[in-house]
This record gives sequence, structure tokens and C-alpha cells, in this order.
Amino acid sequence: MNVPDDLLYTESHEWIKRDGDKVRIGITDHAQAELTDVVYVELPKLDRQVNAKEAVAVVESVKAASDIYAPIKGTIVGANKALESNPALINTDPFGEGWIFELKIADESELKNLKDAATYKQQIG
Amino acid sequence: MPVQYTGIVDEHQAVRKNIGMFDISHMGQFVVSGTGARDWLNTLLTNNIEKLGVGQGQYTFLLNDAGGVIDDLIAYRIGEEKFFLVVNAARAEEDFDWLDQHRTDDVLLGDRSTYFGGVAIQGPRVTELLVDLPPRNHIVDVELDGMPVSIARTGYTGEDGVEVFFGANDAVKFWNTVLEIGSRFGIKPCGLGARDTLRLEMCYPLNGSDLSPERNPLQAGLGFFVDLAKPKFVGRDVLLGVKQNGSAEKLIAFRMNGKGPPPRPHYPVFVNGSQIGEVTSGTLSPSLNYGIGMAYVAAASANPGQAIEVEIRGTKFPATIEKKPLYKKTS
Repeated sequence: MNVPDDLLYTESHEWIKRDGDKVRIGITDHAQAELTDVVYVELPKLDRQVNAKEAVAVVESVKAASDIYAPIKGTIVGANKALESNPALINTDPFGEGWIFELKIADESELKNLKDAATYKQQIG
Repeated sequence: MPVQYTGIVDEHQAVRKNIGMFDISHMGQFVVSGTGARDWLNTLLTNNIEKLGVGQGQYTFLLNDAGGVIDDLIAYRIGEEKFFLVVNAARAEEDFDWLDQHRTDDVLLGDRSTYFGGVAIQGPRVTELLVDLPPRNHIVDVELDGMPVSIARTGYTGEDGVEVFFGANDAVKFWNTVLEIGSRFGIKPCGLGARDTLRLEMCYPLNGSDLSPERNPLQAGLGFFVDLAKPKFVGRDVLLGVKQNGSAEKLIAFRMNGKGPPPRPHYPVFVNGSQIGEVTSGTLSPSLNYGIGMAYVAAASANPGQAIEVEIRGTKFPATIEKKPLYKKTS
């Protein structure tokens, strides 16, 4: 299972990539493999203020609907519109084209609460 | 049975195009015998067991006194006065207790669930994998690779196929042997996820979702498996009343229109802003590539072509009531 070293991770299988004052969020390769066959993505509205661990998006597979959580506090500044027409990008390219949303960081110190790749690898065994 | 092996859509397509194999060892099996077996079963099951010749099976219901569904099952006649019942795992204990409470002295009832393993092998290429299959809804005893097995030409997918029962000790060997021989026909092991999408495309009910002790088979649209001409069976009086007066709610099939999230159980269903019912089963159909489901709705609105709305996380999405089944095979 692919777990890139340059990303941060959450217990709930989101990945986080820092880009200046914002972060980009998606779900991990492990998570997409568990869900399989993503058929619908409900994206968050722009400018919404969210707290860490708040449900902000929904990824639906044939099997079930799964909430996607904000990893840290912030403001939604981006949503991947490509997923509306092609939700399977989450399966085919979870760390790239399959990204879900972007947050403007409210409190940089919260990034310390996230897992590094080695810790996340341990979590998923 | 796991939810999935390689992925629900992949497994679903294997069954529609080639062959899929499901582990159904969890299902319950009862044997009913004794001089009064046939007449007694006919007072507890809705379909008419007298129509069965030896080696034939039928889909039928076990009802409570209120006409509600305890379980849906297949009853096979495997001897003059010997019957094999295949019941849902989650209801097996309740079924057995209910049957045992109603048992008469000339009937023997045995729970054989732990003795049997079972698989469902389903898909159009099953006739290439297995030869000399019994006709639809028939069951035969044969020996495969040294293992005594019972093969029934039944299934829960809408495809040609069989359900095979064998000694629990042979389960692993049987599973591996079929996977090996079936590989050249594209066989795939399939899980509960594909089982659900396949059966829902056909509008086959799932007990616990579309059927329950509070719902009767007539309102579920399954009157074909209820013989009200029989003089006596548990639930008959209630069902006669339902037949005369109609049901307040009926189980309908629907499809979502346009893009949107797939419907799921318990989502509310609306017509013109008023709630008329609730989804009991829903998914994205891998064959049709749109959302499908079944719902109990007010009888007045329960007609094919009726425009409805399904509320998903606070937003109403348009849908249409369809005829059953939702999926029809194209050749």
C-alpha cells in the first residue's frame, strides 16, 4: 500500500499536503482500497469555516457513504470539481488527481497533531 | 462471507458476464420428515408444497399470526415425506423455534445447519463449468471429485446458476476446486456487497430490510408465492383481509434520475413535498450505472412512472417509480 513520506495523515485515513498557508486533503490509498468503487463525492462549500475532526465532505462507494473530516481548523478555499464528473479519480489517483478539498490554515500548531508516514503505516499494519 | 474480495463492481460484473461464487455456508438448513411432513409444512408455509414433485423446490414464506414475515426460504421436496428447508442465517434459530412449537407428533424436525457448507455459483457460464444440471428449481444429489453434494438450480442474482450444499468438512476443498476449474471461465469469489447489488437489480427482497415481521408478502408484491386457495396456513386470515381491502403501503422499486448520491436504507421518500415512505434497500446499480432502490410508500402513489423524491442528507433528489425487476438482461 502506497504511503508517501512527504505527507501527513489522520487516524480517519485522510492525507494532508502543506502548500504555504493552506493544506490539500484527500483520502489515502488504503482508504480507497477499503471503500472501492467511489461513485459519488459531496464536496464542501467554499469559505466555510471548519474545526478539526468536523465532517466536511462525503465519499460514497457502492458499499457505503463515508464522512471525510477536516484534519485541522481552517477555511475551505478549494474543492476538487473534477470529482463531480469523475469520482473514480479517488480510486485511480488518491494522492494526486483524486484530492478532495483545500483548507486555509487557521492555527499552524495543529499540524503537530497529525501523523507522519511511519506512524500511519503502523496504524494500517 | 466478507463484503468483498476484489471489489463490488468487479464481482458484480463477473456474475453478470461470466461466473461468481458466493460462500453461503452461513445459511441454515432444516430437514423435515415423518408421515405428516407434507401436510404439516403446508399449514406453516405460504406457497403450496403439494405442487412439488420429489426433487423440486419452491420459494415460500414463514409467517407469524399477524401475516408478517418471519423468514423467506426455499423448501425442497427430497423424498415422498422428506423436505429440505434453506433459511436465512439471522433467522434460523427463530425459524426453528417457531416450527418446533407448531410441530405435530407425526413430524420430525432437525436443524442440520452445522453439518452443511454451501456455495452459490452464479452466472451465464455456469453451464460450461458444470454439466448435467437439474432443471430450474430442482435439486439433485451427485458426487463431485469424491465429495457428495446436493445441487439446486436456484439463486439470488437473476442469472442462471446453482446453490450447492456439501458436508462442512468438504467446504474448503470444494471452494478451492471450483475456483481452480472455474478460472478459465472467469470465475471470481464474490462477497455480500455484490450479492446485494445483484439481488437488488432483480428486486429480490432481503429479509430484515425489505421484509420484516411487520410486513406481509402481499404488500411486498410477492403474492405469487402465497397460495390463498389453500384451506389453512398461519397468517392466511390476515392475508385474505389484505387481499380484499388492499394495503396502506406497498413495496416499490425506483431509480434515481440524473447525477446524485446513491439511495440508502431509511432515506425518506416524498411526493409533492409530503413524505410517503422510506427506502428499505438502495445502492448504485453496477449494471445500470444509476442509483436504484426499493421503498415502502403509500399505496396511492405506488405506481410505475410516478415521480418521487428521495431525501439525502437534507437535499431532495428526483427519482421515478419503476416496474420490477429494475434490471432486464439484454442478449
